[in-house]
Amino acid sequence: MQKLIVPKPKRLRKYSLIMLVAFMILGSAWFAGFNIIEVLVNLFKGGRLLGRMFFPPNFAYIPRIIDPMLETIQMALVGTFLGAIVALPTAVLAANNFIKTKWLHVPLRLILNVFRTIPAMVLASLFVAIFGLGAFSGVVALAIFTFGLISKLTFETIEAIDYGQVEALMSLGANKMNILRYAIMPQILPQYTSYTIYGFEVNIRAAAVLGWVGAGGIGQTLEYNLAWRQFDNVGTIIIFSFAIVLVIDLVSAAIRKRLV
Amino acid sequence: MVKFVNVSKTYPNGVEALKNINLEIYEGEFVAIIGLSGAGKSTLLRLINKLIESTGGEVFFDEESVTKAKGKALINIRRQIGMIFQGFNIVKRMSVLSNVLSGRVAYNPTWKTILGLFPEEDKQIAYRALKRVDILEKVHNRASNLSGGQQQRVAIARALAQEPKMMLADEPVASLDPITTVQVMDYLKKINEEDGITTVANLHHVDLAWKYATRVVGVREGKVVYDVMLKDMKKSLFYNDLEKVYGRPIQHDEILGDE
Repeated sequence: MQKLIVPKPKRLRKYSLIMLVAFMILGSAWFAGFNIIEVLVNLFKGGRLLGRMFFPPNFAYIPRIIDPMLETIQMALVGTFLGAIVALPTAVLAANNFIKTKWLHVPLRLILNVFRTIPAMVLASLFVAIFGLGAFSGVVALAIFTFGLISKLTFETIEAIDYGQVEALMSLGANKMNILRYAIMPQILPQYTSYTIYGFEVNIRAAAVLGWVGAGGIGQTLEYNLAWRQFDNVGTIIIFSFAIVLVIDLVSAAIRKRLV
Repeated sequence: MVKFVNVSKTYPNGVEALKNINLEIYEGEFVAIIGLSGAGKSTLLRLINKLIESTGGEVFFDEESVTKAKGKALINIRRQIGMIFQGFNIVKRMSVLSNVLSGRVAYNPTWKTILGLFPEEDKQIAYRALKRVDILEKVHNRASNLSGGQQQRVAIARALAQEPKMMLADEPVASLDPITTVQVMDYLKKINEEDGITTVANLHHVDLAWKYATRVVGVREGKVVYDVMLKDMKKSLFYNDLEKVYGRPIQHDEILGDE
């Protein structure tokens, strides 16, 4: 049988790409002053700190963190709810297959991108400066962050729908509102709900640290205890928050799996 | 009933889908449009209800200009024309009933249809439409749970719920198996004959055109190259003529079935 000779693919590009990435990582480490000895020394110090936090944590402190933890969850809930409500109509207007004029969805997307680029922490500091200390600033920050996140995911979902169903509704004389109601919403509602639950999941984690800038919740308690070097209380807060986040993630993942 | 006057369509990418079409479709006809993929069949069909806008000439439905119709006038034309598609295009995440009722949206105020409120008589229309295609027992099922043939029947029922004067079918059986194909075509024929609904269907198979249509229109490279009434037509003559549409004679083994 004749031996088939197939030329080997050229590897040059692949190798030069690997070299480039390696160079970028090493270069960045050097620029950032990364020092492996320092890491090891601090790891030892960190170990002692961990010992003070978790061996043992101060479980007697739990009753004192229930209220701030509840406040964190409430902040996340309200923030997610407000953000998600505004996100739905915005996503419809931002999608290029529902409204075809560019002058609306191009600027709208720009604004959404700006909202998503600003981390929730930065938004929170901003609103603490505007509305003062407390959970309200945190809620506004989370709402805006969620709004940016969910609008973006939802308008991309709208753009990916089966357009045939839209065409069918157009063919039978449906106006824009009816097309929205009968061809678009049924296709995107499960995803939209899923994004909202995911937003809540993200917001619980974000809300837990927002207290750092004075925007309420468990973060504020955490910062207070760190400042007073009460590391056994810090340990308790971390374990407690971890448990809450874990439970919410599991529940939310289970719900989302059933939705889509 | 439908009249094309010097109609042409050039897509933004420069493709000339239709060139100077003049065609009249008469009441009660069952017209099959045949031609190769990309010949312009789909475009031709979609110009009738303005899913696609022409770039030249004018289309009329019942003497009224479809080309110039906008807003309410266009909706009024569209609700008189049912349409079914190759991909069925029913809303899979809704019930069969909601799908068929959506055929009534253009006859009801928008605030009511948004809330899903339809008068009892519209529900009766929907039930009758479903019964017509023998699928009433699935009325409360979710549309996504139906087979392809059943979905296409729901799509026919949705179109019937419009109480249309005309039915457009864009490759209605192209994604169905041969047995379901015959079923769906039989329903279309029944509706055409019993209700007198003028039907225009794009078909891939010339045998289906021969079996079901009263008239066959052949489209090739954007032009109507063939237009014949099948009544009193000899089958062999019909197949011989198809060379005009497909650019080469139809081979014996390209013909389905033996009818």
